[in-house]
Amino acid sequence: MYNPEMEAMGRDELSELQLARLRETVKRCEEMVPFYRKRLREHEISWKDINSLDDVKKLPFTTKEDLRDNYPFGMFAVPVKDIVRIHASSGTTGQPTVVGYTGDDIGNWAELMARSLVAGMADKSDIIQVAYGYGLFTGGLGFHYGVERLGASVIPISGGNTKRQIRIMADLGTTMLCCTPSYALFMAETAEEMGIDFKQLKLKSGIFGAEPWSDRMRDKIERLLNLSAFDIYGLSEVMGPGVSIECVHKHGLHIFEDAFIPEIIDPATGASLAVGQQGELVFTSLTKQGMPLLRYRTRDITSLDDTLCPCGRTHVRMKRVSGRTDDMLIIRGVNVFPSQIESVLMQIEDISPHYQLIVERMAGLDVLEVQVEVSDEMFSDRIKGLEEWQEVIQGEIESYLGLGVKVTLVEPRTIARSEGKAVRVIDNRDL
Amino acid sequence: MTVRQISVFLENKSGRLLDVTECIGKAGVNIRALCVADTSEFGVVRLIVDDPVKARESLHECGFTVKEAIVIAVEVDDRPGGLAEVLRPLVEQEMNIEYLYCFLEKSADKAIVIIRVDEAEQASGALKSVGYRVIPPEELYAM
Repeated sequence: MYNPEMEAMGRDELSELQLARLRETVKRCEEMVPFYRKRLREHEISWKDINSLDDVKKLPFTTKEDLRDNYPFGMFAVPVKDIVRIHASSGTTGQPTVVGYTGDDIGNWAELMARSLVAGMADKSDIIQVAYGYGLFTGGLGFHYGVERLGASVIPISGGNTKRQIRIMADLGTTMLCCTPSYALFMAETAEEMGIDFKQLKLKSGIFGAEPWSDRMRDKIERLLNLSAFDIYGLSEVMGPGVSIECVHKHGLHIFEDAFIPEIIDPATGASLAVGQQGELVFTSLTKQGMPLLRYRTRDITSLDDTLCPCGRTHVRMKRVSGRTDDMLIIRGVNVFPSQIESVLMQIEDISPHYQLIVERMAGLDVLEVQVEVSDEMFSDRIKGLEEWQEVIQGEIESYLGLGVKVTLVEPRTIARSEGKAVRVIDNRDL
Repeated sequence: MTVRQISVFLENKSGRLLDVTECIGKAGVNIRALCVADTSEFGVVRLIVDDPVKARESLHECGFTVKEAIVIAVEVDDRPGGLAEVLRPLVEQEMNIEYLYCFLEKSADKAIVIIRVDEAEQASGALKSVGYRVIPPEELYAM
């Protein structure tokens, strides 16, 4: 453990710490964030009413829409001059959501990431290759600061250029790999093409996340990359990677409860569900200064497990995320809502409003195919004319989502129409 | 003098060309010439028929995406070098040929070349001025 005092803290003591931090957080929201001041007043609750941990259930929820409505800085609890870092994630209708971190927030995040890395078998002597994207996405920098906090060596290679990734892994003797699980599988294929055997490399473990994966995929990664694979969870709104992590027992991800209060609710009614029941995961932040969150609805479906873990960590575990309450797709680490694709298509003149998204996992990489019906206006007897349409649509979607997609033109009326809500997404990924 | 060509969008899946031909066959439309251009995902069928209006209507009713294009039909000698000679006047006038396809005339020793260029009328004039016979639509549809 990186910080046994926190990670193995007795439950009573932990509850006390959580309650004190919860009161502080609600107070901070009430005093510093006009949005929360109004919302709390509407619910006739104040930080002074928070007298037990159970009182968290009296607090109003925060949703992604709230963050969007307060774009860009409306959710910040400090003046922008005290913010040292800004990250962003894509939103449902084009408005990204922005998150801000104070210096202390970055420090706390690095601490939680250092704990995550140690849970995933890291120590100071490790050489850790961070192949998550560096940039607005929280993956790259989140891991980077964690490795530095731990005192191990970071290779900040970011995503892409896979052959160079493998070469560096071999030349520098990388001992840990951090990236999305689908990218890990893609690396395995590339290495094979290059004639490099992972058994000759020094990798001992890998921390994979930012997209859904399964135990079957874990087996495959562990076999092909010859390492022990750990699942990590996080989302930029709540912090970034390092909200929860598996330990060597790999039966759920420990949520760092000194920093977050997790809850499971019924996504339809908002009612709290008991430990063990499956529902929507909700987080209240306990240490965040820049952008504290009260009962943020993640839309991720999971359940909690508070049975004792042999690893000694006392923090509750969450199951792997099994789905979403909305139709969000995660493609190569990028959040994609069908409504985003729709709004891009609607902005292109002459295009048919009928489309379908097909997600496939090809050679370990997720591929998003956008099928668009050919309208009379789009159609030309020249092949080149049709190919130009494909390029235009591809280009528009790519510049909007930052994600390459494959556009396929299909005949009119071939995309299934349904009464009410159309089936927009066919997910063929075998996770 | 130009000819109306019917173009149909098709996905590359089995049976679609059959569907097109059945659809216009049922409508009593006869095909004079046909050409399929394809990519890995889709294709475009181009048809010269005896009744372009009826073909277009019936294909539309069958749910196809249809477009008309203007092309020219030129008669060339059915012998080596025949096609090259017909292209020269078009190239000399810097006209870009989008595509072309040929069929043989039943009753004569001639081939018919269907040519798609942006400037169809101009191309037709250029060919006529060097002595080619550009086939009028009524004659072509009735062949």
